Amino acid sequence: MNKVVKKIGLPRLIITLMFISICIAAVVLELPLGMLTSDVIRRFGMFGVLALAMVPSIQCGTGPNFALPIGIICGLLGSLIAIELGLTSKVLGYGFISSILISLPLAVLTGWAYGLLLNKIKGSEMLVATYTGFSIVSFMQIGWVTLPFRHPEMIWPIGKGLRVTISLDSTFGEILNRFWRFEIGSVYVPTGLLLFFLGCCAAVWLFSRSKSGIEMYTAGANPKFAASSGIDVDKNRIIGTILSTVIGAVGIIVYSLSFGYLQLYLAPLYMAFPAVAAVLIGGASTRKVKISHVLIGTFLFQGMLTVAVPVANQMFPEGNLSEVLRQIVQNGIILYALTKVGGEA
Amino acid sequence: MAQIDNENTVKTKEQSTATKIKRLLFDHSVPVLFIIICLIGVYFSELPAVFIVNTLLTRITRNSFMVLALVLPVIAGLGLNFGLVIGAMAGQFGILIVTHFKIGGFPGFLLCLLLSTPFAVIFGLLTARLLNRTKGQEMISSMIAGFFANGVYQFILLFLVGTLIPIKNPDLVLTRGIGIKNTIDLTTEYGLKYSVDGVFKYPLFYILAGVGVLAGLVVIIDYIIKSKKAPEQIDKFKYITRMVISGVILGVSLWVIKSGSMLNSVKLPVATAVMITILWVCNVLVMKTKLGQDFRTVGHNMDIAKVSGVNVDKTRTIAMVISTVLAAWGQVIFLQNIGTMSTYGSHVQIATFAIASILLGGASVTKATSGQAILGVILFHTLFIVSPKAGNNLFGDAQIGEFFRAFVSYGVIGVALGLHAWNKRVQALRRQLDV
Repeated sequence: MNKVVKKIGLPRLIITLMFISICIAAVVLELPLGMLTSDVIRRFGMFGVLALAMVPSIQCGTGPNFALPIGIICGLLGSLIAIELGLTSKVLGYGFISSILISLPLAVLTGWAYGLLLNKIKGSEMLVATYTGFSIVSFMQIGWVTLPFRHPEMIWPIGKGLRVTISLDSTFGEILNRFWRFEIGSVYVPTGLLLFFLGCCAAVWLFSRSKSGIEMYTAGANPKFAASSGIDVDKNRIIGTILSTVIGAVGIIVYSLSFGYLQLYLAPLYMAFPAVAAVLIGGASTRKVKISHVLIGTFLFQGMLTVAVPVANQMFPEGNLSEVLRQIVQNGIILYALTKVGGEA
Repeated sequence: MAQIDNENTVKTKEQSTATKIKRLLFDHSVPVLFIIICLIGVYFSELPAVFIVNTLLTRITRNSFMVLALVLPVIAGLGLNFGLVIGAMAGQFGILIVTHFKIGGFPGFLLCLLLSTPFAVIFGLLTARLLNRTKGQEMISSMIAGFFANGVYQFILLFLVGTLIPIKNPDLVLTRGIGIKNTIDLTTEYGLKYSVDGVFKYPLFYILAGVGVLAGLVVIIDYIIKSKKAPEQIDKFKYITRMVISGVILGVSLWVIKSGSMLNSVKLPVATAVMITILWVCNVLVMKTKLGQDFRTVGHNMDIAKVSGVNVDKTRTIAMVISTVLAAWGQVIFLQNIGTMSTYGSHVQIATFAIASILLGGASVTKATSGQAILGVILFHTLFIVSPKAGNNLFGDAQIGEFFRAFVSYGVIGVALGLHAWNKRVQALRRQLDV
């Protein structure tokens, strides 16, 4: 029994059991299962890329990327610029492709700068990352007010600055969800979204099989061994950080697209935590991660949360039980992972 | 020869005063920088002095206790205690109980402290257990622990109250019978509002004048005693600065009293100020005891502490429990001044603001004093008061000032943590090179 628990991993086991029991509750409460399943699939694709951003950062040895908001801000800026410049023709995916293309250089640049910072503070990455993320988000609040955006759909009609949420209906909202979509009964499958997510996973997987990917993995797993075999550890940490930031930028674009809105101001503040929790639930630790962890973790965590909303609302019509549940599960998992690091750093 | 020697020593002493001033400015570059920013903000906000002093005083008495709770964990090597949030929750439990039984005023306040203490001790013990398992990552652990505890706190108050915990009080419980209301009014007849602040108020500047005289006397007496014992060991510079500071306090307050300006109407809540002072003195005194020495040893180097027979885990636990209890009390003091408790919001930002304050005061992750805590509170809250207005006058938008202060509170923590981590790494590298 102990062996089985150890193999599956305690967090994964607990969350799986919770997920199953919530699903059973949903069946008992006779909730519309078709809609729930479609929601689970949609949220899986929507959050997946953000969770995937943890893979390069953990592999290169900087731990889970709590500074994901840096990438998120780059992605948001990219989308805003794309819409502002009107790069929303059909060839550019109604703005989707142009957003990614614009945010890429931004993400590479900030990821590189942030990687340099991380090399100065080895051993305390998680804490510094968290506060770097918080600082960037609160700094960009000033940016959202002062940056010279003029597009009438993005700024407040009266007053200064960008809106808190910007609708993507007229641009690239849901274009991936609609791409090759099909329905099985009442279950709606957003093929494009899933394909894009799996494509990203495949790209990261392929990279980790390549020479530089293996180099990066070695640098992260055993820095001393890597250094003695001639691998530039610091450089590989920077590469990992850049990759993570870039994936974060793409991740938020996919997220906003599927959500239908760009969320500015304080919205990105805590976005790193669900992503970190997802990979940890999937079976990753702060030092080891596989693509399968991302897939399993995102599915379990987001699936559980999605199903929990209507179930909780049936049991407690008022109050946000599912949100409370999310906080407890998400932070409990991160805490559990931290106790496993235990004084190594 | 003797003469030359004498001259030389005099010269070096003169130089040392100049270098000391330089070093003073350099060592305290963070507070100096923020004093300048605050002064600029005060100038551009164009707010009347009475308003600033009055609001600032309220905010200082309201927040200082909480910030002072940060000092001990830093000394004991636990870093900045983001777990203040957990202590604050204990304080809010206390307030809920007192409000439920309708015990108001000063007795209610004391009962509230008493009731919140066992909660805080338990929470502190649990946090300490966690932190002893995550050595080296204490700060992120205590931060995430705060988030986690917040989830549990919400679960208890929103879903267990009315189902498992039988409370029917319509003042507290939502109309559906389950869960505590979002805001609890403390201004009612039996409320806690101003239960400490209102005990005894006295014009601020008369008290300050008294404090100035007293401080001056203490410095002089201290100087006389020390100069009789060991005249050559006296640090003259220290005494001169202390004299100057108490002189300035006395001078300014006398000037205000004489000028008969509106500032005379500013009143200090004496009871709250006394509580803060007591905590300050305790923070200083505890360092002179055996326990205080243990804190310092453990904070300096856990391995050496272990070798020299200090129970590391126990010492860290004590520091954590004390800090959590103080945070609970601090939250009660905070809320009795505010007058309404936002059940699910009052505690959330407490740790961030307290930590930003103490860092602005010049503390770091490994060094903190009570003086820095108080200075930091003054600076942080000056910034808080003036920045929206200053932002409005400078940029034509009050929002920018508000965003700026949010950025400062996160940014200053980020920079301090980054510098600390960098420093730790540089030292580790040096040690490696030495070996």
